[in-house]
Amino acid sequence: MSSTNASRIRAVIVDDEELARQILREFLSAHPEIELVAECANGFEAVKAVAELRPDLVFLDIQMPKLDGFEVLELIGNDTAVVFVTAHDNFAIRAFEVHAVDYLLKPVGASRFEAALKRAKERLEGKAPANATPAADLAAAARPPAQYIERIPVRDGARVFIIPVAKLDYVEAQDDYVALASEGKKHLKQQTIGSLESALDPARFLRVHRSYIVNLERVAKIEPYSKDSHVAILTTGAQLPVSRAGYARLREFLDR
Amino acid sequence: MHPLLGQLRRILLYLIAWIPLTALLVYLLSITRQLSIEEATALAIPLCLFYAFVCLSGWYTCRATPIDRVELEKLLFTHVGGAFVASGLWVFAAWSLSWILASSISDFRGMNVRLYSELPVVFVTGVLLYLLSVFFYYVLIAVEASQKAEARVLQMSILAREAELKALKAQVNPHFLFNSLNSISALTSSDPARARDMCILLGDFLRRTLGLGEKSAIPLEEEMSLIHAFLAVEKTRFGVRLHMEETIADEALAVSVPPLLLQPLVENAISHGIANLVEGGWIRLNIGCENGAVSIAIENLFDPEAPMRRRNGVGLANVRQRLQARYGNRATFQAGAEGDHFRVAITLPAGKISEKEVAAQ
Repeated sequence: MSSTNASRIRAVIVDDEELARQILREFLSAHPEIELVAECANGFEAVKAVAELRPDLVFLDIQMPKLDGFEVLELIGNDTAVVFVTAHDNFAIRAFEVHAVDYLLKPVGASRFEAALKRAKERLEGKAPANATPAADLAAAARPPAQYIERIPVRDGARVFIIPVAKLDYVEAQDDYVALASEGKKHLKQQTIGSLESALDPARFLRVHRSYIVNLERVAKIEPYSKDSHVAILTTGAQLPVSRAGYARLREFLDR
Repeated sequence: MHPLLGQLRRILLYLIAWIPLTALLVYLLSITRQLSIEEATALAIPLCLFYAFVCLSGWYTCRATPIDRVELEKLLFTHVGGAFVASGLWVFAAWSLSWILASSISDFRGMNVRLYSELPVVFVTGVLLYLLSVFFYYVLIAVEASQKAEARVLQMSILAREAELKALKAQVNPHFLFNSLNSISALTSSDPARARDMCILLGDFLRRTLGLGEKSAIPLEEEMSLIHAFLAVEKTRFGVRLHMEETIADEALAVSVPPLLLQPLVENAISHGIANLVEGGWIRLNIGCENGAVSIAIENLFDPEAPMRRRNGVGLANVRQRLQARYGNRATFQAGAEGDHFRVAITLPAGKISEKEVAAQ
């Protein structure tokens, strides 16, 4: 918990519609123990506000400009309790899979709002433990089936980058993080390489090594390296190790 | 089921068709003067009656060997083989009958012997008659198939119409309602007068959409006032972010269009365009009318890097299908993105609703 004043819960409201923010603000005003520290109208603002203000609780709309609610959650990590607020009931299962505290449907009623707030407080007081799995892994697991990601949101401090998967050259595992190589830069993201692999289209990306996923379009050639291993040389000039299993997968793909 | 056996009337017609064939056989048998006319007639009538029923069997082999799906050799083999067997049976029947007639009726004595020279004629006639019946059955099958195809086309158009009605019902997007109700709920405490206005606007829009399902066409003017009611509600939600520009040719207003054809396109422009833009954006609607065709263009700003939305394209596919079902090739539909603009262009024939149709509605 990053609250400086332990007695007050610091909250942020994220919704692109002014009136939708207004009603949440009104509901919150009845609770002196909650301090509203920011209101955001889009996903970028939300990530920035959470990174800078470290609130305890976020009320998050799902369909918004720039980043949708799930992408915001993926970037802000799971130190923050999130309550989704949306008119769509079809995201509910996904929302709970990414460990949202609650899922409020618009129009939001006062009693339902109070129930969500109570749950959020319980989560913040540690009665319900927060999850240790990185938020991005949860989001990847909650992805709709048979649908691969087209873009990867990455956060650097309060700044957000969107990497379209077509511009992703390769992914390298670094402890709890993955480094995403794109257009000559490397972006770090807290996610396991396995969960990212499962979210990427297997027809375009291949795990060539325990620590590497490569964009198949970038592979220029494959050369033997030692007795058991190979090295993949990309069009960008980067060289990636290819394990024996990775080489077999690559051959299988190229022979097709 | 055999097409002739099922109905008495058809069987009678079929047997009547055999009368001239019987006469032909009498003529062929008596032409060489081996048999007298009486002998030939006494032989031909029961023989043709018998063969008429033998030829009914041809229908089953025709069904089993569809002319368009079986190769030629197999087709010839089946039917010529069938003709030889049937005709052989016929020759045997002719010979047996002539023997019975010769031995039971004194005037016909010896006709079985005199028939011998005529048996090849009987055989060839039998083969030809059988093949004629096969030809007849294939024609019958083709007629049946074309009737079925016609029925299928009719069925398809009924299905298309049903799909259209279903689409209409689905098109008032419930999320639009939920979001609007949420806005009203917010306004009740901060600005009760605006909340009341929005209730009225929403009621106005819903009333206009109700009952449109039963109408097959409305004047464009009515569709436009529906769109205005819709925009008035959305304007409360999106405020200055939503900006609509319209250019509509006066003569287009009276043209008849399928109801709720354009409203989903405007709704799409908002939910996939404006709603994803932080600063909002414009929607431009251009409707022109010339050379008996209405051209409609809806263009909006959108964020090409916006997060994916699930419903994307469903609304567009719906409009395309409805145009196709109603106008066929006479309407065109194009949709696509150019940079940060999304544009839908439609042309359709500029028909007006007749007085009668208006009265019927």
